Amino acid sequence: MPAEAAAGGGGFWRQAGRRLLRRPGALAAGGVVVLIALAALAGPHLAGIRYDSLDWDALAVPPHLGAAHWLGTDRLGRDLFVRTLYGVRISLLIGVLASAVSLVIGVVWGVIAGLSGGRTDELMMRTVDVLYSLPYLFIVIILTTLFARGSLVVLFVAIGAVGWLTIARIVRGQTLILARTEFIEAARVIGVRPAAMLWRHIVPNLSGTIVAYATLAIPQMILFESFLSFLGLGVQEPLPSLGNLINDGAREMQSAAWMLLVPAGSLVLLLLCFSIVGDALRDALDPREGAS
Amino acid sequence: MLAYAARRLAAIPPTLFIIVTLAFVVVRAAPGGPFDAEQALSPQVKANLERAYGLDDPLPLQYLRYLGAIVHGDFGPSLKYRDLSVGALIAQGLPVSLTLGLAALIVAVAVGVPLGAWAALTRGSAIDQGIRALAVLGVVLPSFVTGPLLVLVFGLGLRWLPVAGWQDGNPYYLVLPVVTLAVPLLAYIARLIRSSLLEVLQSDYIRAARARGLGAWRVLWRHALPPAMLPVVSYLGPATAFVVTGSLVVETVFALPGTGRYLVEGAINRDYTLIMGMVIVYGLITLLCNLAADLVYGWLDPRIGHAG
Repeated sequence: MPAEAAAGGGGFWRQAGRRLLRRPGALAAGGVVVLIALAALAGPHLAGIRYDSLDWDALAVPPHLGAAHWLGTDRLGRDLFVRTLYGVRISLLIGVLASAVSLVIGVVWGVIAGLSGGRTDELMMRTVDVLYSLPYLFIVIILTTLFARGSLVVLFVAIGAVGWLTIARIVRGQTLILARTEFIEAARVIGVRPAAMLWRHIVPNLSGTIVAYATLAIPQMILFESFLSFLGLGVQEPLPSLGNLINDGAREMQSAAWMLLVPAGSLVLLLLCFSIVGDALRDALDPREGAS
Repeated sequence: MLAYAARRLAAIPPTLFIIVTLAFVVVRAAPGGPFDAEQALSPQVKANLERAYGLDDPLPLQYLRYLGAIVHGDFGPSLKYRDLSVGALIAQGLPVSLTLGLAALIVAVAVGVPLGAWAALTRGSAIDQGIRALAVLGVVLPSFVTGPLLVLVFGLGLRWLPVAGWQDGNPYYLVLPVVTLAVPLLAYIARLIRSSLLEVLQSDYIRAARARGLGAWRVLWRHALPPAMLPVVSYLGPATAFVVTGSLVVETVFALPGTGRYLVEGAINRDYTLIMGMVIVYGLITLLCNLAADLVYGWLDPRIGHAG
């Protein structure tokens, strides 16, 4: 098995693909994610309305099919459909970039800890334990004070910098197992240098785990972004994000429930589909973990 | 066991010290200051204010002075809520937040465990599938969505429950906030119990207990459930961290006078002493809860030796 996986992974990926095909629910959820992503990328342009353009003739109109603003408008007459799509786009962007940041840190940290072993390993993983025991968002909130309010870069850095802990733990565990396998030992015997060992032999064998956890990390990052924006620490008006749209909606829900339901529904749909796809990918790519 | 607990307790002050130092450095490195929001402030007034609060001294000196005050239990004056000390603010809000968090944890365990057990016992049935689907939804739903939705349905729509407010801890006003905070925990606990109970139910000693003719309830209560509870106990540590962050949202949505909003307000207003005070209090709560969870775990599972 390891030999097969090391040889580029064709067999491994094909097997994983077959396992994934047996889960129609996950495929459907994946389809929804792709559709939402496409809509978020193209939708705001096609609608022909800017996310911050005000329509004075349509203040707080309820959703109505066939109307100019079919999902309604907010108090200022801004189109809710366009604003929600734009919010999804920002959430997705932050989700993907923050996952990428945390993935890179987590994989490097985990592989180094797993390969070095001994004191270094102990110290590195203790650091992870300590950070793990702190409330996650708490650190993020403190980090957001470091930058000017409303800067999006902060969100990538602040969320991504704390999100690497789980990935570091998993990657370290996998590296420990890999380091003891025969083909790694063989590579060591024939004198493969550490850097080559890392990139040619260790990381490719971790790719399944990495892909699976990246998919699970994205909805988490989206959640944290919306959480921060909901509290007023993330994306700032007039830029929409699912979090600040939900916050606006919650304030208006007594007279205009749609202002809450449209962004809240979009967020839940997005999170739900992502986590279904992520779970299925983890089961398919990492059969050891998904035994339950 | 006692020695282990003592050793863990002794590790808390240094950990707190590191947290305080890191928070101090980050918060002070942040641009802007506590007196920037008020535009009308003339440079002279601002300088006077900063002098009054000792903010014009070199940072290392301020840091040492802060540490000295903390050791004596003095969190300093709030820079935003003038005339109030951070200690007084926290003393006012903490009972609210603790009541909320504790009630949510109790509800989550009291409902999540039976639900998970029910799903495990009826594995593969419609009930099991229903509970699992609800659990997936419950884990995914963020509290800033659940909260407003519950208010919309039960508060504004059906008018069964009050929409917001605290009213000196009137239980009637607590229902929606506690449910909002408990839902994700409850769903996660139900999942944990389901999978661990399924594993335990397949073990030999359960089969032996059944073979001896023990009733189904007795097998469940006396033999299967205690070991199946272990993952839940070890989850209670992370769960408290979750409750702490969740309370930020719930207190905002339901306008509760807890401490959660102080962290956010402190961060937005650059109220240095307030953020630091919140960091210390929440850090301490998290560390203590993690310790408690670990101790209970060791007590329930004698295989975990705390000698090493």
